[in-house]
Amino acid sequence: MPEPDSGLRVRVQQEDPVRINSEVHCAPGELIALVGPSGGGKTTLLRMIAGLAHPAEGRISCNGETWLDVEQGKNLSPQQRRIGYVFQDYALFPHMSAAHNIEVALSHLPTAERQQKSSDLIEMVNLSGLEKRLPAQLSGGQRQRVALARALARDPRVLLMDEPFSAVDQVTRRKLRYELVQLHQRLDLPIVLVTHDLNDAMLLADRIYAVSRGVTLQNGTPMELIQRPENVAVARLMDLQNIFSGQVIDHDENNEVTRIRWLDYELEARLQKEHNPGETINWVIPPSCIVLHRRQRPSQGERENPVHGLVGELTVMGENTLISMWVNGRKEQRLSLTVSSHVAERNFLAVEADISVSLLQQGLHLMPPQPEDHMR
Amino acid sequence: MEWNALELSLDLAFWTCAILLPLAVLLGRALAWNRFRGKALVEALVAVPLVLPPTVLGYYLLLSFGKTSPLGRFYEALTGHGLVFTFDGLLVASIIFNLPFAVQPMQRAFEAVPMNVREAAWCSGLSHWLTFWRIELPLAWTGILSALVLTFAHTLGEFGVVLMVGGNIPSETRTLSIAIYDRVQMFDYGSAGVMSALLLVLSVIAITFVYVLGNRRRHRHA
Repeated sequence: MPEPDSGLRVRVQQEDPVRINSEVHCAPGELIALVGPSGGGKTTLLRMIAGLAHPAEGRISCNGETWLDVEQGKNLSPQQRRIGYVFQDYALFPHMSAAHNIEVALSHLPTAERQQKSSDLIEMVNLSGLEKRLPAQLSGGQRQRVALARALARDPRVLLMDEPFSAVDQVTRRKLRYELVQLHQRLDLPIVLVTHDLNDAMLLADRIYAVSRGVTLQNGTPMELIQRPENVAVARLMDLQNIFSGQVIDHDENNEVTRIRWLDYELEARLQKEHNPGETINWVIPPSCIVLHRRQRPSQGERENPVHGLVGELTVMGENTLISMWVNGRKEQRLSLTVSSHVAERNFLAVEADISVSLLQQGLHLMPPQPEDHMR
Repeated sequence: MEWNALELSLDLAFWTCAILLPLAVLLGRALAWNRFRGKALVEALVAVPLVLPPTVLGYYLLLSFGKTSPLGRFYEALTGHGLVFTFDGLLVASIIFNLPFAVQPMQRAFEAVPMNVREAAWCSGLSHWLTFWRIELPLAWTGILSALVLTFAHTLGEFGVVLMVGGNIPSETRTLSIAIYDRVQMFDYGSAGVMSALLLVLSVIAITFVYVLGNRRRHRHA
């Protein structure tokens, strides 16, 4: 168990110029991702942790050392905080070679030690042979590696990364993600990653903070946020498509089931007693919990929340096919699901074909009702 | 060819550049990155010599350098001689009328240094001074050098302000451009022609140099 004041602890608030009201904790060795739409205040939050932006109120500490305490008038500079920061476009020093970019962050060491450590870092990020190249002579992925090596050079107390994969192609992105996972396993420091790409967050983060309009709405493991978003806003941030309104009928504690009404269906969800019978709720289900029934012959699971409708739209995207199902033939009640393209083919799925699906009870999650504009 | 006038012009241009270099770097850098009340006014004042007729600028400088003015009295108490019709006065005037030529290119050069590169330097542990020395200056040096070359060339060619503030005292305030004017008045077109050709060549070299530096900067950061 980490000590109570270990890791990075952030509580910051401000109204202008960007509204921020966030609390974040990142334990040593943990990688958290701040996820949310562009312009949602994620980068501002990261800059506040680095000491590059100053909140009106709040406190930031790392491993027990206070970096910022507005009440006490304490505010350490970025140099004093000793952070590693990977900027969105890497912000390499354009007039310096890759090796010099890293050595700049090692200015406190004697020359020989500096060169040795720079060379070790170059090797660690797989850039051997490219030390003497200027940033303009490196590819996007190589620049990102230099930026990462520079950020790690000072043995930082926390590593901050702002959209580190946004400037590279898909193949490089995959490679860099893999390298970061490996690095994360070796580093025993808090790592904060800002991204608007859910895939990055899902693949890399131990925990995700959903941030919208500067407010941290919810935090949890990637699966928690996908399967149990606290409200519609978080569900939207997690890119969940299937969000609907319904009404709680009752709770069946013996079978650990909460029954809800939706359209003319009576659906069973896992027991969620925090919502009272009669209450209007929103419910959500991740695509992985929607099972397509075989069209030719009945299959197991047809009894679990069966729902019928038409194929409204069908989009083949390589190995997967995205289906927009119009429940009961109603265009405004769309259920999105993904099936393997070969499954779609084998079931002769086409636009306007009749289909049935089961909504798995365990994946059906209830949320407090939201105003209509949040539903869109 | 009046060698004394050439020497005086070169002296004036050299000292103008030497004194303006630190001043313009500080001012250009401050204007590039700082937001403060009255910034637009400061920028306007720096640019005024670009649009003001040199005789008007010279007239006001003459008034403020005079023995009855506070600046003139202060300078005389300090050095034992006045500012008007002296090399020192010429130098002060030269610094003032060259402000836009020195400050504006430097301001543009500092503005071109991305903010996040400076922040990356701070996050890498560099102090503000080291960031200036190791990151900002190397990235802005072509702009700084361009500004100095422009200032040097502009000083060599300045006429109106020099005449108003310095007059035409051989070996003291008689610069090359004054000497050319004087020679033409005396119908000595030969000497005027040689000196004019020299100024023309120096100006072309200076401007070419500035463009080469500009292209190089654009190429480096492309």
